[in-house]
Amino acid sequence: MEALAALLAVPLLGGLLLWALGERESAPEANSLFSLGTLLASLVLTAQVVSEGPVMGIYEQFFVDPLNVFLVTLTAFVAFTTSLFSRPYMRIERDKGRMTPGRLRLYHSMYQVFTFTMLLALTTNNMGILWVAMEAATLATVLLVSVYRTPASLEAAWKYFILCGVGIAQALFGTILLYFAAERVLGPEGNALLWTHLDVVKHELEPAIMSLAFVFLLVGYGTKVGLVPLHNWLPDAHAEGPTPISAVLSGLLLNVALYSVIRCKVLADGALGSRFAGNMMMGFGLLSVVVAAFFPMRQRDIKRMFAYSSIEHMGLMTFAFGMGGPVANFAGLLHMTVHSLVKSAIFFAVGHAVQKAGTQVMEDIRGLMKASPTVGWGLMLGTLAILGMPPFGVFASEFLILTTAMSIHPWATPILLVALGVAFAAVFGRVQPMVFGDSRLPRLQHQPALMPVFLHLGLGLMLGLYIPPYLATWYKQAARLLG
Amino acid sequence: MNPISGQVVNLFAAILLLIAFAMLSQRRIVTLIHLFAFQGAALVGSTATVAFATGQKHLYYSAAITLVLKVVLLPWILHRLIRRLNVKWDIETLINIPTTMLVGIVLVVFAFNLALPISQFSQSIARGTLGIALACVLLSFLMMITRSKAVPQVIGFLSMENSLFFAATSATYGMPMVVELGIALDVLVGMVILGVFLFQIREQFDSLDIHHLEKLKED
Repeated sequence: MEALAALLAVPLLGGLLLWALGERESAPEANSLFSLGTLLASLVLTAQVVSEGPVMGIYEQFFVDPLNVFLVTLTAFVAFTTSLFSRPYMRIERDKGRMTPGRLRLYHSMYQVFTFTMLLALTTNNMGILWVAMEAATLATVLLVSVYRTPASLEAAWKYFILCGVGIAQALFGTILLYFAAERVLGPEGNALLWTHLDVVKHELEPAIMSLAFVFLLVGYGTKVGLVPLHNWLPDAHAEGPTPISAVLSGLLLNVALYSVIRCKVLADGALGSRFAGNMMMGFGLLSVVVAAFFPMRQRDIKRMFAYSSIEHMGLMTFAFGMGGPVANFAGLLHMTVHSLVKSAIFFAVGHAVQKAGTQVMEDIRGLMKASPTVGWGLMLGTLAILGMPPFGVFASEFLILTTAMSIHPWATPILLVALGVAFAAVFGRVQPMVFGDSRLPRLQHQPALMPVFLHLGLGLMLGLYIPPYLATWYKQAARLLG
Repeated sequence: MNPISGQVVNLFAAILLLIAFAMLSQRRIVTLIHLFAFQGAALVGSTATVAFATGQKHLYYSAAITLVLKVVLLPWILHRLIRRLNVKWDIETLINIPTTMLVGIVLVVFAFNLALPISQFSQSIARGTLGIALACVLLSFLMMITRSKAVPQVIGFLSMENSLFFAATSATYGMPMVVELGIALDVLVGMVILGVFLFQIREQFDSLDIHHLEKLKED
């Protein structure tokens, strides 16, 4: 209970304080410190959930079970390492004149607020508050995407705002319909939007309302997941915002949005008693994988290319959760974890590579291995990991997803394999010349933060070779919750 | 339950639908903001009627929030915004207005068909209006698509939020208070951010025409 309160209070207070104090030389360290506090609170909370089972708090408005506690820890962890990465990154941006003190103040404050909204979305038990938190996360990131105030970043942020705003409005309509269905069973008092209560009575919810509600919820939150054809905002927002934000968008926000979808799926499955919700998710997921696999080869901008790779991986997870069953859910959760770790590591490496080259155009980034072996290796290993090369964790989860697909939906396997192959060829073909070859790239003014890159890649590697037993139990419990 | 209050709610619903069409066809931004304020007022009226007819206390609060936020505060912000940005003039639409209206009618028919099977489950006195609420959502959506200036898009966005709010009171007796407060906060913060944004866009592009915001495309 106290851990839960601390988990939410630390980033919220951090955001307010960083705003109130204004920009100082020590703001990046303070930012990391608040993120560290959040991480510690999440670890205590995890220990509680592991030893005592699900935690409820504050008039049942908050609820932490094995499913969301693992995402809470992941979110707090990646938010912390990203804040470490952002220290040298933002100092270099400031020295280049792209960040003024006012913008840095906004950036640090919004970084904490954004972490807060994601943790609120993950821990809340109230489906209405979940919506409010997702919308607030959109608002916080809009400011972060447009922080450079260049024409392109303004356009990206405007597109992001309008598309996600409209998308999330659909999710609100879905939430209203969900409440409508629930109110008939639970009565009009405030409990009718609490997920734990809904979960108990999910078999009694009116199927006609629930199927419509799920469609709206999937389209709404799916916009934030970046599912094709609702993905248009995602590459722009990733490419034009600061790189630490691209890392947390890809690594965390998309996960939180997908988490919202799977919470809704559990309810829809119970109410409908059919595979309707799962089939919808499989359809959107498969479409996202296929479409996103063909885009990287046409990109010139390195961050756009990896943004498309995020769409592809989110599609794969959506597909896995759509298939359902213990193995596919396990694989989906594992994929969520390794994708977060590896993709944010890639963005860290990309961030420093772009700062070195002074451009995001891939043709102009050459010879990273010579100029800075650590950045080069980080990018190379990260790329291999995200493309599903063994022994990294992405290989393990993709293998599980593909074998499950093979046994339940054999028709989907060749489509997925071709898409993954195309993405591999495109992305590897682009990264290889950037990493090898001759280099005339200058040195960076500040020591790049490479510890987070290799920490994430190390964890991704570990999850591919060996999943610690407590982690495996935890995934299995979460997978069982999803049905 | 009083049959007259049901009729009054239906009347307000009809007004909302008419306003949605009026917004779709309106070219002047100032009038658009007036229409938006009227829409908010109709929403307050219908919420208060439902509250009066059913004795649901929290609906009075939510009517009060709507009154403050959507009839007074947001229109005021919008008026200030267009005065400072000096954009009162005609709006170019991407599709001509008669065509837009025809598409709008099709959307209304579609919305009614979608809502009919589920509105029968509602216990609310306003259950017949779920179709209208959905139609208003879709019409606001259409308005956002067909406008090429930033401010009308924002108004379309806000009017969509109004329609969703109307849906919440017509299908159920409004969402729980804490959720409504959260939504109101999000809308307010969102509006402020959009306002800041519009200035930044103007500063960069010397115009609020979102044609300038179409540079980021696939090669």
